[in-house]
Amino acid sequence: MTLTEEKTTQERPKGLGPIGWLRWGWRVLTSMRTALILLFLLALASVPGSLFPQRGVDPGAVARYLTDDPVKAEWLDRFWLFDVFKAPWFAAIYLLLFLSLVGCVLPRLAVHLKEIRRTPPPAPRNLARLPHHADIEGDLASAEAYLRSKRWRVATGEGWVSAEKGHLRETGNLLFHVALLVLLVAVGAGGLFGYRGNVLVVEGDGFSNTVAAYDRYLPGSQVSPEDLQPFSFTLKDFQATYVGPGHEKQGQPLDYFAKLAVQDAPGAPEREVELRVNEPLEADGALTYLIGHGYAPTFRITGGDGKVAFEGPVPCLVNNTATFESECVIKVPDAAPDQLAFLGRFLPSTVPNGEEWLSIFPGAANPTVQIWPFKGDLGLDAGTPQSVYDLGAHQNLKPLGQMTASPKPMAVGEAIDLPEGAGKIEFTGVKEWITLQTTYDPGRFPALLASGAAILGLLLSLQIRRRRVWVRLRDGGVTVGGLTRTEGGDFGEEFAELTKALEQHARAEVKDVP
Amino acid sequence: MSPDRLATLSDQLVLAAILLYLAAMVGYALELAFGRVTETVRERKLVSVGGPAEEVPEAAAPEPASWAPKAGLAGTVALWLGWAANVGGTLTRGLAVDRWPWGNMYEFVVAMLLAAVTVFLFLQVRYPVRFLGAFVAVVAAIGLGFAVRVLYTQAGPVVPALDSYWVAIHVSAAIAASGLFIVGGVAAALFLVRKEGPSRLPARADLERVAHRVIVIAFPIWTFAVISGALWADKAWGRYWGWDPKEVWAFITWVAYAAYLHARATAGWKGKAAMIVSLIAFACLMFNLVGVNIFIGGMHSYADVSK
Ligand code: HEM
Repeated sequence: MTLTEEKTTQERPKGLGPIGWLRWGWRVLTSMRTALILLFLLALASVPGSLFPQRGVDPGAVARYLTDDPVKAEWLDRFWLFDVFKAPWFAAIYLLLFLSLVGCVLPRLAVHLKEIRRTPPPAPRNLARLPHHADIEGDLASAEAYLRSKRWRVATGEGWVSAEKGHLRETGNLLFHVALLVLLVAVGAGGLFGYRGNVLVVEGDGFSNTVAAYDRYLPGSQVSPEDLQPFSFTLKDFQATYVGPGHEKQGQPLDYFAKLAVQDAPGAPEREVELRVNEPLEADGALTYLIGHGYAPTFRITGGDGKVAFEGPVPCLVNNTATFESECVIKVPDAAPDQLAFLGRFLPSTVPNGEEWLSIFPGAANPTVQIWPFKGDLGLDAGTPQSVYDLGAHQNLKPLGQMTASPKPMAVGEAIDLPEGAGKIEFTGVKEWITLQTTYDPGRFPALLASGAAILGLLLSLQIRRRRVWVRLRDGGVTVGGLTRTEGGDFGEEFAELTKALEQHARAEVKDVP
Repeated sequence: MSPDRLATLSDQLVLAAILLYLAAMVGYALELAFGRVTETVRERKLVSVGGPAEEVPEAAAPEPASWAPKAGLAGTVALWLGWAANVGGTLTRGLAVDRWPWGNMYEFVVAMLLAAVTVFLFLQVRYPVRFLGAFVAVVAAIGLGFAVRVLYTQAGPVVPALDSYWVAIHVSAAIAASGLFIVGGVAAALFLVRKEGPSRLPARADLERVAHRVIVIAFPIWTFAVISGALWADKAWGRYWGWDPKEVWAFITWVAYAAYLHARATAGWKGKAAMIVSLIAFACLMFNLVGVNIFIGGMHSYADVSK
């Protein structure tokens, strides 16, 4: 240690040399100024994450951006601006700040441990020179007793008493900074060892927690498919209530919940769980949240050959959350002789409006579906990935019959015979779907502990002041002097109170010992 | 009283609060304009209580008007009355909707300004900070006016995600911290406006002291607000931190205020530089409230601002 130090100082004129450069770099990195700059940079770096849509938050919005303005989007993407919080430059700032924190906290921790064990320094010769001082009645013994009783650390010498208080400030400060480090680690570990999955489930259907069952699955790099908690459930029922007519907020949801029958593991007893917005399902540390809902009208579709080619619910995407007017896509590759496809518009509370039909309320008071039929080749064998919510990719479909802007809607139980003898579609009922998100994050509890510690540390660090008081004997009494390391605040007030208390204490002792 | 009557009463009380805050501003402003001229160098009680108060000779200034302190007192009375109306407005709104009265942006802003005025009145009871009164009052009046004109929404229930006890914890903390930060922001802005030397405006040292004092109290509360927000997000959305725009800006605000504290505590920045950092932080806070709610959106789009 000392050797290298000497070497670097000697070599400085000729250049620092590799170790010198390392030491220099470390010193710069762990300096306060660098930490401040890194802190600012981190804040600055997160700004674009709020201005551009992020893949991790809203992948749909990113996809729209890419189609709307491909040239600009490509450039943005090149700089990771749709994945700011996973970008290498963001990670670089984060890591440098982390290092800088480590480099500054560890030495300070060592210094602080030494500091705590040290006794307060002897009194200066002339206390009247201190910013706070007063001549009072009293004697050293009573001053010492009083200061000790108020939990000052006290040292004494020939003709003086020295006292110090407020090491908790630095303790709190270190606690805060260490807690930040722990928080960074916990967040990182959660990302590595946790996973997140999204799935859509229709009433009556089930789900079991496997990678294949998810519509979208985002594992941390240290998670393997066997690690998933083996729970499963069936969606028994979903119910929503909305603000009724006559209020500005008509149609706003008041409450919704899903009834699940849950099994924590295969063969385990079944339990009923009511899933609500702020009340997730917990199974073995994995949490499942209700994050969305919508309608899934059910259909029976018959091909031109008279055979039933499709029967079941079709989840529709919500176009308008105030009325739950939804858009559905039905693909029927099993229909023969021609494959069939349909676009649908689902209206939960239908009213006619001139030539059109509208939904006026999100509840299913009068559910209908408008249908636009197509036939042709769905091309599902071609192997190109297709969205189940989109017909746009199918060029080989042709409309059946006359296309109108607003065809007459079907009510539940009604059927339409398709033109050109292509078959029949029956609207058989209405179910609801929910979207769920399952998360497993082993870092969340450590992160919470670290956050609590950070607040505690902050309070100590910001509210406690380190201060010293000395008492020196003089003719007919003592002189008290005070000093605080941290400027500002009310030390003057505290000092005035302290001198008064010292005086009172001295007088009381005199009375006790007549 | 029926919920509708209560809601109407709440609206009227908020209007009354605006008028009273304006009256308070006039009173305080008259005292500032015709009262004593302050100097930066004069040690005020707020700056140092214990040390001997050094009397610095008054600069040659016009004789203060004898009625000026009375105007200031009238301002104080009007501010207390406005505060009472503001409290009443928030309370009746809460009773009308039978939930915590900070479920949308209108309610949040009304409560936040109430918090700011409360902070100021509390400071005024304990410390001689009357010099800030005119500025706090005008900010409160303009803020409430903005809430009524732009953000107003009819009293009513909230969406299920907001129907949670976390509102009481998380949003209340955010309101308290914002109220404190507003007082700090007013003091910091005045600091930058005021030049050195004699002036009708309050002394720079006093302004800096007030700003620091409230920010030091507000920062842990804001930290708590951010953390309780993360806890709520963990309950509601399945992740405690997702870099949603509101979260990003809460984080930026937090970092900026931490940078202010750092600059003061460790880098020894004083005066103008530190005040500018604190104002940048305050701008982030305001952007998170107004900008993110209205222009950006995200999962936190509960602002419910009528378009
Ligand atoms: C390498 C990074 C860092 C270093 C070297 C560092 C160093 C320090 C030091 C020496 C203090 C002591 C101030 C005192 O005793 O009065 C301090 C206080 C503080 N630090 Fe840091 N810190 C770092 C990172 C951070 C970060 C990331 C934050 C939070 C965003 C933070 C927030 C604070 C706060 C709030 C205080 C209290 C300020 C006060 O006492 O008024 N620090 N820091």
